[in-house]
Amino acid sequence: MPTIALQTDRGVRCATQNATALSGIWVAIAAITMAFAAFTSSLIIRQGSGDDWRHLALPGVLYLNTLVLLASSLTLEIARRKDASNLASMRSWLYLTFALGIVFLGGQILAWYQLRAQGLYLATSPNSSFFYVLTVMHALHVLGGLAGFVYAIRRTLSPSLWRTATLDAAATYWHFLAGLWVYLLLVLRMRL
Amino acid sequence: MSDASAPVVHQHAPPTSFIRKWVFSLDHKVIGKQYYGLALISVFLGMILSWLMRFHLVWTNAAIPGLQLISKNGAPGGVMTPEYYLSLLTMHGTLMVFFVLTNAPFAGFGNYFLPIQVGAEDMAFPRFNMMSFWVTFLAFLVLMTSFVIPDGPPISGWTAYAPLSAVGKDAGPGLAWGQTLWAISIGLFCVGQLLGSLNFIATTLDLRTKGMTLSRLPISTWAWFITSCIGLLAFAVLLPACVLLILDRVAGTSFFIPAGLVISDRLQPHAGGSPLLWQHLFWFFGHPEVYIAIVPAVGIVSHILMASMRKPLLSVKVVYSSMIAIGFLSYMVWGHHMFLSGMNPFSGLVFSFPTLVITIPATIITMIWIGSVYGANLRFHTPCLFSLGFISVFVAGGVSGFFLAQPSLDIQLHGTYFVVGHFHMVMGVAAIFGILAGSYFWFPKMSGRMMNDTLGKLHFWITFIGVYCIFMPFHYLGLAGNVRRYSSFVNDYLQPLLPLHKFITIAAFITGAAQFIFLFNLIYSRFKGAPAPANPWDATSLEWSTTSPPPFDNFGGRHVVVYHGPNEYGVNGAHGDFIMQDSSEPAPEPVPGD
Repeated sequence: MPTIALQTDRGVRCATQNATALSGIWVAIAAITMAFAAFTSSLIIRQGSGDDWRHLALPGVLYLNTLVLLASSLTLEIARRKDASNLASMRSWLYLTFALGIVFLGGQILAWYQLRAQGLYLATSPNSSFFYVLTVMHALHVLGGLAGFVYAIRRTLSPSLWRTATLDAAATYWHFLAGLWVYLLLVLRMRL
Repeated sequence: MSDASAPVVHQHAPPTSFIRKWVFSLDHKVIGKQYYGLALISVFLGMILSWLMRFHLVWTNAAIPGLQLISKNGAPGGVMTPEYYLSLLTMHGTLMVFFVLTNAPFAGFGNYFLPIQVGAEDMAFPRFNMMSFWVTFLAFLVLMTSFVIPDGPPISGWTAYAPLSAVGKDAGPGLAWGQTLWAISIGLFCVGQLLGSLNFIATTLDLRTKGMTLSRLPISTWAWFITSCIGLLAFAVLLPACVLLILDRVAGTSFFIPAGLVISDRLQPHAGGSPLLWQHLFWFFGHPEVYIAIVPAVGIVSHILMASMRKPLLSVKVVYSSMIAIGFLSYMVWGHHMFLSGMNPFSGLVFSFPTLVITIPATIITMIWIGSVYGANLRFHTPCLFSLGFISVFVAGGVSGFFLAQPSLDIQLHGTYFVVGHFHMVMGVAAIFGILAGSYFWFPKMSGRMMNDTLGKLHFWITFIGVYCIFMPFHYLGLAGNVRRYSSFVNDYLQPLLPLHKFITIAAFITGAAQFIFLFNLIYSRFKGAPAPANPWDATSLEWSTTSPPPFDNFGGRHVVVYHGPNEYGVNGAHGDFIMQDSSEPAPEPVPGD
């Protein structure tokens, strides 16, 4: 039936997908923002509720990780600016972004090991509890972002609207995660 | 069709296997029915739990045959222990609030009808949609597991107040594994609802068909959209709260457990936590949750009332603006649940004010309903009766909220049956009436068959009178000082109130039994009901312009274009006193003399 055939026209689907993917990401960002607002509000209330709050020196590797994550946002933007005639280059920059994401996660794991080496475990003190909770929760979201990249890299071979839709959504989420991490680092630095 | 604003088509082919068609389906209609079915199981389970509690309250030492088979420790010889009473209380509240009042009006009906009402062929993210149901179902299974483990269900209530909920088995039965299962279950439930809300918002924003502007959205879609915005932000806070609670329970952290806490002669190995923190996090979710239950019902009832009155509400825009105002204010009032928690008295005042303010949009909606119904030629079918019943119980339950919003009165009433009466009427019963109205209204569309109207009316009248007999006396009991959460009232000053409790228990049994009339009607009509036409109620919105039940892609390959608003009743239409949204006939004119 012609109507059906026309309705499955890929152009229409791509255009709609572009909008829904971005809307979906923004809605998810609203929810994640709210969740981390809850976590960090809890931190502030918990700090004021007991006399067991002890200063905790943040592992130095966190600052390096921050640079890596910010650099990954930069490489992602370079990838996004490549036009359709330069898909191989786009993929290379996406691979680099993905690799930087992995390096960031590796750095976070290193930070957890450094804290463990100091005898600071999840339940040792409220400070260490919040450190692990906030960083692990953020890392889980980064894992989600990396999964998005796998999808986006596969989509670089799709028609341009598909590619743009996926990349726009993945990039919006990834930049948000970078911003979220800077916020968390500031909270950790000032409060722990 | 080259119009880029056209809706997305099914991105998945119609499934053929049983598993993909009925179990792990991506079709929003099947998912909606799955949610509805889960809510149906939960509501009958929750109701039976309330029967057991009501029985125990008035015949405290009588054995309930078979109860010992469910819990040997909780009901030795069939006689419930006080602790097991609290376990059932917890499970009743959790099942009803989460798995019934959230699942049925929002996730159930919303999933089924939101995409059709906006003219889409599915949700924006069908896979997430499927995941949202199955995560919710997993949450249900995890919760139910607490019935079969030796520890039993938790005793800390559906609000799981810390430190009771956080310290573990020293604090009583159900607080070892039972409470952990509860926290995991609610955490999973949050994930399911977040995925659902994500879909509802993206679908409403992006998948509206050509001509379906925001102002042409049916009022029910507005309600689901607003609810999904409320739910998105509320469940996003409850989820972290559950994570922290689980860590306190299994990892030895001290988020909610204070220092020096001695329970069962044992010093708890925690320090410095804040029990109030749990209450803040929980009620930041908990109060919006009230509106997650009631706003969809408000939308459903408004939707049905217009089809029953054959005219639009006095102002539909004011109704949905009021719903938005309620949603916004719902985040500013959580502290009114905590007047007794020991927080700063000035904070109580701060929370009391917006609580009183929130009654203004609620009153505006109610006044619009009453003003619209006045003088209307109502079609008194069962959905209409339940809609009118909704207004009645919503007002009756809401009025007591004025008293409870004031800290000076709440301090006296908070721990009594007055509060129980208030929230059961305004949240529980009102939302259930919305669900029942929606069930009778949309059953023909969902099943292709009509429900029996005589049985429906019988169900309505018994239920309507019954809920007043049960819950209005609660207010009197509260004023008389009847504390809540007690498992029995023997040998103390509450004994004179026992005859009233007996009356309530008998009313609860009769009203509960009437719900089996509904269940029978539902099942019987599904197979033997009269075949339903496409538009049995002469309604205008898009779900009525497709077959009953709708085909897999909702409109049978037809690309729907919307020409009219959803409230064109009382006009000269080609098919009667209404014009359907996708009808290309000219703009309506008012019926002369109307």
